[in-house]
Amino acid sequence: MRPRLRGVVVACAAMAAGAAWAAMVGAQDVTTTADEERKRFLAEDQCYVCHQEEDMLPEGFDDGDVHVQHGLSCAGCHGGDPASDDEDVAMSKAKGFVGVPGKRQIAEFCGRCHSSIDFMRSYQPRIPTDQVAQYNTSRHGQKLREGDTNVADCTSCHTSHAIHPASDARSTVYPLHVPTTCNHCHGDAKRMAGYGIPTNQYDKYVGSVHGTALLENQDTGAPACNDCHGNHGAMPPGLTSISQVCGTCHVNNLQYFSATRMAEAFEEEGFHGCEECHGNHAIAHANDDMVGTSGDAVCLDCHEEGDDGWESAAAIREQLRTLTTTYDEAIAKQGEVQRKGMDDVDIEYLLKDAHQSLIQARTLVHTFDPEKVAVKIDEGLAKAKEAVTEADAAVEEFYFRRRGFGLATIFITVLIVALAFKIRQMGRG
Amino acid sequence: MGKRRRMGEGLYRWVDERFHVTPLFDFMRHKQVPVHRHTIWYYMGGVALFLFLVQVASGILLVLYYQPNQDGAFDSVRFITTKVQFGWLVRSVHSWSANLMVFFLFVHMFSTFFTRAFRKPRELTWVTGFVLLALVLGFGFTGYLLPWNELAYFATKVGTDIMGAVPLIGEPLKVLLRGGDDVTGATLVRFYAIHIAIIPALFTMLLGLHLLFVQRQGMHEPEYVARLPEERKSMIPFFPNFLLRDTLLWLLVLNVLLYLAVFFPWELGKEADMFASAPEGIRPEWYFMFMFQTLKLLPAHVLFIEGEVLGIVGFGLMGLAWMLVPFWERALARDGRAPWPTVIGVAGIVFILVMTIWGYLV
Repeated sequence: MRPRLRGVVVACAAMAAGAAWAAMVGAQDVTTTADEERKRFLAEDQCYVCHQEEDMLPEGFDDGDVHVQHGLSCAGCHGGDPASDDEDVAMSKAKGFVGVPGKRQIAEFCGRCHSSIDFMRSYQPRIPTDQVAQYNTSRHGQKLREGDTNVADCTSCHTSHAIHPASDARSTVYPLHVPTTCNHCHGDAKRMAGYGIPTNQYDKYVGSVHGTALLENQDTGAPACNDCHGNHGAMPPGLTSISQVCGTCHVNNLQYFSATRMAEAFEEEGFHGCEECHGNHAIAHANDDMVGTSGDAVCLDCHEEGDDGWESAAAIREQLRTLTTTYDEAIAKQGEVQRKGMDDVDIEYLLKDAHQSLIQARTLVHTFDPEKVAVKIDEGLAKAKEAVTEADAAVEEFYFRRRGFGLATIFITVLIVALAFKIRQMGRG
Repeated sequence: MGKRRRMGEGLYRWVDERFHVTPLFDFMRHKQVPVHRHTIWYYMGGVALFLFLVQVASGILLVLYYQPNQDGAFDSVRFITTKVQFGWLVRSVHSWSANLMVFFLFVHMFSTFFTRAFRKPRELTWVTGFVLLALVLGFGFTGYLLPWNELAYFATKVGTDIMGAVPLIGEPLKVLLRGGDDVTGATLVRFYAIHIAIIPALFTMLLGLHLLFVQRQGMHEPEYVARLPEERKSMIPFFPNFLLRDTLLWLLVLNVLLYLAVFFPWELGKEADMFASAPEGIRPEWYFMFMFQTLKLLPAHVLFIEGEVLGIVGFGLMGLAWMLVPFWERALARDGRAPWPTVIGVAGIVFILVMTIWGYLV
């Protein structure tokens, strides 16, 4: 290699090596993770260092706790001086050390920060700060004030040292975990012995329509305990609020029900609104058999043959039966269309419309007025019948195509045979 | 009767005086087709031609309703198959006929190859035939996207990506075909234009040339037939004897085509969603499968060359060599017989079959 060329090669290699080194250093800087920062922060915190060395970290301590994540160490709650490795200094009252709060102090203890919007907004501008106020109005808070230390405080649900936001799947108050968290106490017959309340709510809930949606289908939009009972202000819903609780999700049902004479009668009789027919924790998937004048119909609980309610129930049941029967027939016909490989897109649209009308009719059942239900029933019936007609036409088209093919084949075969004779004749000639 | 015959003769004379068609009819009358044990292969090109005519007719009918834009393409094809009278049949026939045409073209090409019909003086007939096959594959590739369904969309994405890997011209070619960086509505419009205007124009010209060559030079006789003395050769007139046999076969193929269209209607699938992730099992049309599978099997790098680039360049060179077969095949021949081209042809068929089956199995 010529000297000049060799020089250029060496220079290029040096530049490439330098660039690679610089890139590696830069990459290392970028890959410094929040995890490493947290470890560094804990390593400088003398509370953590000593308690870890002495194997005295609190039970269930999780260094992924939301407070640790945000740079709030032991002293942030318990006071003291985290910079000192001298136990007497670090845990001295002069340094603000408060130690482990008692059961009655816990709500206020957490509330020192969580009730202050000035403090909390630096972490989450939209975070609520009324948890302690709500807790004080809850059955838990009321009982605690009465001196009952058996009730839940903040740590009962959130834990003490492994706290995660409710949106974090590791959290004890993540929607999928709420039923288990509540059941930890409410399923404990011994703990609940003095309160005269059942302890099988969880078992009932698991098999309910809500429990299935949440726990089996993992639908975090489905209601857990807190969605009906509240969380920090947890209370059993009273007579007046029970319908409102259900109505937060089932808006139309509540609206229709509230406008009926039955709503007034329920109130007068002291009946529990929605719960009266649908139950509470074991609430099942509503079905058409609940309406009517026979079998499992809940209407029979109050109505007798001959009264207005009886007549309405019978009429509504018949309307629902008519639509579901026609809808089911249309579904069966659609299946046949699909099995025959024919197009069912339009049938699908019609069936969706029919199903939508059926859902609306079922919702209108809460008006207890057959005329109002009939409006949606008629709409749904028209669509379902159209779907049946379309399906019949598709099936007929299927056979028409085959017959057409048969005729075409006969015609073509005749032509082929004629041609074959002609060719043979020409061959002889 | 006599009067009608006189009118016909008068019309013929009128045309003949102006266009001198008598020599043409004389040529047709005297044209002979050899009959031997390989005569069956003569019909393959005719079947492909028949299917092309079906394509033209069904394609024209589809164009009456098809909307070549991103918002309307899928719905218009659905409209054709569900609402238009016999639209389902036209669309299904168009799709099946396209596939059958490719199949018969491959048969036609390999039968021409193995009977050495490409040899002098038919070199240009072979070359035009090869380009026609390439254009038919272009028809298939561009037509596949037009229903704008999920599989077609992603298969086109993959196909044009592969095209983009061609050295030097790949990237500009990809952008040109797609009408941008990605497969969008612009791609659909371009593919539509290529499918119904550009390729048909080129195809019609080349097909005319190909048929002219075939008519002018007559049917090729395999070597063992050519060596026979004239009196031992069996011949039939092209018109009407051969043409009637052709028609008979066309009718058979038409019946098979109708059977496929009625009993196995071509599916439309789901509408393409440009923001959805690619579904599993994206595959090109079966006639591209052997190339697709080969590219999939190649390692990321072979020496210093990217595997995909190597594969594409390899297929390009093999295609070029195949097109130029008439000009190098003689060089491999021994004493006028050429075993090596046969070996190459058989190896090609085995390779295509194995890769295609492999592609569908994995």
